[in-house]
Amino acid sequence: MESQIKQKILLGVFIFIAFVYVIRLLTLQIFDESYIRSAQNNVLQEQTIYPARGLLMDRNNDLLVYNDNIYDLFVTPEQVKNLDTNAFCEVIGITKQEFIDRFEKIKRQKGYAIYRPSVFEKQLTMATYARFQEMLFDFQGFDVVVRTDRKYKYKNAAHIMGYIGEVTEKMIENSNGYYRMGDFIGISGVERTYEKELGGVKGVRYVLVDSKSRAQGRYKDGEFDTVAVAGKKINLTIDQKLQELGEQLMQNKIGSVVAIEPSSGEILSMISSPTYDPNLFVGRDRGNHYMELLRDPSKPLFNRPIAAPYPPGSIFKVIMSLIGQQEQVLYPSTAYGCYGGFNSGGLHVGCHAHGSPLPLQGAIAVSCNAYFCHVYRTVVNNPKYRKVEDAYNKLYDHLASFGMGRKLGVDLYGEGTGFVPKATYYDKIYGRNHWQALTTISLGIGQGELGITPLQMANATALVANRGYYITPHIVKSIEGKKNPNPEYNVKHWSTVDTSYFPVVINGMEDVVNHGTAYIAKIPGIAICGKTGTAQNPHGKDHSIFFAFAPKDNPKIAIAVVVENAGFGATWAAPIASLMIEQYLTKKHDTRPYLVERMMKGNLTHKPILNDSTATKTSKH
Amino acid sequence: MTQQQPKPASIDWLVLTLYCVFVIAGLLCIYASVYSETNPDIYDMDKNYGKQLLWIVVSAFLGLLILLVDEKLFYAFAYGFYGITILMLLATFAIGAEIKGSSSWIRIGSFQIQPAEFAKFGTALALAKYLSGYNIDFKNWKVKAISMAIIALPMAIILLQNETGSALVFASFSLVLYREGLPGWLLVVGVLLAVLGVMALLIKPLYIIIGLAVIAIAFLAMVRRTQLLVFLTIGMVIFASAYVSSIDYVFENVMQAHQRTRINVLLGKEVDLKGAGYNVQQSLIAIGSGGPLGKGFLEGTQNKFRFVPEQSTDFIFCTIGEEFGFLGSFLFISIYMLFLWRLMVMAERQRNKFNRIYGYSLVSILFFHFLINIGMTLGLMPVIGIPLPFFSYGGSALLSFTILLFIFIRLDANRVNELKNFD
Repeated sequence: MESQIKQKILLGVFIFIAFVYVIRLLTLQIFDESYIRSAQNNVLQEQTIYPARGLLMDRNNDLLVYNDNIYDLFVTPEQVKNLDTNAFCEVIGITKQEFIDRFEKIKRQKGYAIYRPSVFEKQLTMATYARFQEMLFDFQGFDVVVRTDRKYKYKNAAHIMGYIGEVTEKMIENSNGYYRMGDFIGISGVERTYEKELGGVKGVRYVLVDSKSRAQGRYKDGEFDTVAVAGKKINLTIDQKLQELGEQLMQNKIGSVVAIEPSSGEILSMISSPTYDPNLFVGRDRGNHYMELLRDPSKPLFNRPIAAPYPPGSIFKVIMSLIGQQEQVLYPSTAYGCYGGFNSGGLHVGCHAHGSPLPLQGAIAVSCNAYFCHVYRTVVNNPKYRKVEDAYNKLYDHLASFGMGRKLGVDLYGEGTGFVPKATYYDKIYGRNHWQALTTISLGIGQGELGITPLQMANATALVANRGYYITPHIVKSIEGKKNPNPEYNVKHWSTVDTSYFPVVINGMEDVVNHGTAYIAKIPGIAICGKTGTAQNPHGKDHSIFFAFAPKDNPKIAIAVVVENAGFGATWAAPIASLMIEQYLTKKHDTRPYLVERMMKGNLTHKPILNDSTATKTSKH
Repeated sequence: MTQQQPKPASIDWLVLTLYCVFVIAGLLCIYASVYSETNPDIYDMDKNYGKQLLWIVVSAFLGLLILLVDEKLFYAFAYGFYGITILMLLATFAIGAEIKGSSSWIRIGSFQIQPAEFAKFGTALALAKYLSGYNIDFKNWKVKAISMAIIALPMAIILLQNETGSALVFASFSLVLYREGLPGWLLVVGVLLAVLGVMALLIKPLYIIIGLAVIAIAFLAMVRRTQLLVFLTIGMVIFASAYVSSIDYVFENVMQAHQRTRINVLLGKEVDLKGAGYNVQQSLIAIGSGGPLGKGFLEGTQNKFRFVPEQSTDFIFCTIGEEFGFLGSFLFISIYMLFLWRLMVMAERQRNKFNRIYGYSLVSILFFHFLINIGMTLGLMPVIGIPLPFFSYGGSALLSFTILLFIFIRLDANRVNELKNFD
């Protein structure tokens, strides 16, 4: 009996559901007004509205990147009817075979659907676009969509701004359907890290079109449409004038410059040389240009300032002076003799001629190798620690607090870590407990395995300028006028060295410029503190390195310059840094025209200068 | 003719006829959904309908085979069939081909089969055999647990394959259990839980919990309070609160983005015209534009290439709605209901418990597919891709439904024989 009732209940449920569905069908097919229009054989068509990409400006609101209209030809295969193929090919300028091939290619693309517009021809020329517009009604199923591409006002800062390119199939998959074939996306630089802010949000318009693809009106009065949201305007931290001068000074040289405002961590200028014209990545030939740059043996696409590790050379002595004091093995009064270098057992590290013995400040000024070998020895062979390994690990931690051997967290894609060897690294080479200070003595003068990126060098300079802390360097100052939202760019990262140990070192750095190794960098009226470096390396001539900050009190700029295989730090790096400091602090750089000329004409790429209008045609050498 | 052979007269001709009508109508709908003026060749093997025609022939052959074998075979080998389908399900993890983000397919030549489809009749057989055994009383909790386990095992494996829709179909077996003695209040609780779950997704769980508490207090204020009743009410509120919170947690943290989107679209929290919502909108336009009488066979414009690739599978009902209008849709629903009713009557007239339970499994599965699939195209159910039985394109589905149905026709035919033997 019970089962009979249950059978009735089940049947009742079935009929109830069927009844609900019939009611729903009644409303959809007979009563609902909004589908009446659809009853005229209308087709829902999806139109994408591309937002304008955000503008990029420098710190002084000088416009760097803007947008330019480009015209892409789209085809909705389903709607192509009665096409005069010959006429069409003539307008576009392709052969009939190309036309057929093009269609085959479109069909193989990901996300292809016969009812959805696909790119047929990218970036029509203005002439083609104009002719096409006239005949648009003869070419059913084809449509021109206006999009924007980047235009760069200056040829500078290519590595910082980066470039945009078309999304790959992988990105399309990962984007959960947001990106479509042919969409632009930031590939490198700020364009990549700030894609979300710059890219804006695409809008969609749903239009009902009839079977002859004539628009009949909006679907449900635009209820499902979304408006495109334009990308946000971004102010970079760089100073365009400084960037431009720096790139001119670095032309025909290989190397990097990084300038930072110490108090804020804002990157004022960042140069990777050789560089390229950012406008090469615009337009139909961007792919070809990219391949050319990729094949160039001088690697213009490589972002040296944030990725290339260099042995820092003598500028490392500044860091060792601070760490030595903190470890209580070095005092301002500590003096070591220099007998043409550092000698211990059979070991010899050469030095140049200078007065001896010297206390700390003087040793920095003349960059005495022997002195800093002693400092390194006392730090690593410090009896305070049970083992050399422990003392070395302590040194490693100090260096890490200066931001060395790890990523700093700059808001650019492709930052490298540099390289500071760990104790285990030496364990592997020499065996555990089989090495000590003298085994690794070259580290004390910034040589050996050490690799520091120019960004890390500049950051360390900023730390010294701030007497003990740095703020993570960053390239975006504000987004839509609001300060960079990343809280990391507001935090003071204190080093493990006490503030009280900085003054003597800074005095030494001042001496370097006033009457030491970097006398050439001196600018009357501006107290510059710096340190030269001449780094031996396996690739040829020494790297010319200089790092400095100015003015001494309340520093406004900290800068690191590396010129690869150029010789002494004082010959190239120091003058370039000096000129850039002058430009930034006084807004001009014309007090020393001889220096400007020598730097700009200097060709250290060891190859003849080609027809480059911006470069001088005659080589000095 | 031996006693075991079903006599032609004892086969239920109505069901068989309806089956043929469904399959042929389905083929025509698939044809219509991919029809284009330039290529009207129905025998083209590259097209869906060409393949479907082949599958129909295979299914018909298999159906005939089932009608010819001894019906005791199904009873004897019920667990065997179940075991094989479970093994096939497990095999997909090792040799499964990835199609549309789901690894539930096994590729054989240029065809793919989906073991999840076949697990349905394996499970139906196993459940029927277990519950029809001697000394099996459904009131026993152990019997209940084992029955649930028989259903839950394939369901869990299919869930792991990321085929939520196919896994949900196994929930339809709860109707069978209901018929066999599962108390009705359990089903009501189940439906209530489902409603609460949907509410948890729509509104903040906190509000629901507050609401439940208010109802509970109001309830306690109105009735004569006994200690037991108070504890019971409080316990229920606590349980419901925990349940609602956990639903929210699972939704936010366990579900995948595409599943969240589908549910959000269904609940109207999000309009996603590009993904799942696009299909539903197109589906609604297609059906809505059909009007009272439809546009006529092959005259529909909405269906062609709209829902690639689902238009011939999960959204096949759109073709009916657009080309045959309200009249056609109403007719379809009526005939489908007639079909279900007939099968239910057949299940009830079985003397053999095994046959009856199997029959109810069939009815429940067919109803569940109807409920979800049609509801989905009408925008009333989430877009979980399960086919419309006998209509949708897909070899595995057609084969599996054919086997399911024909086994029952065979079992039923024997009932008539048994009856005559008694006379």
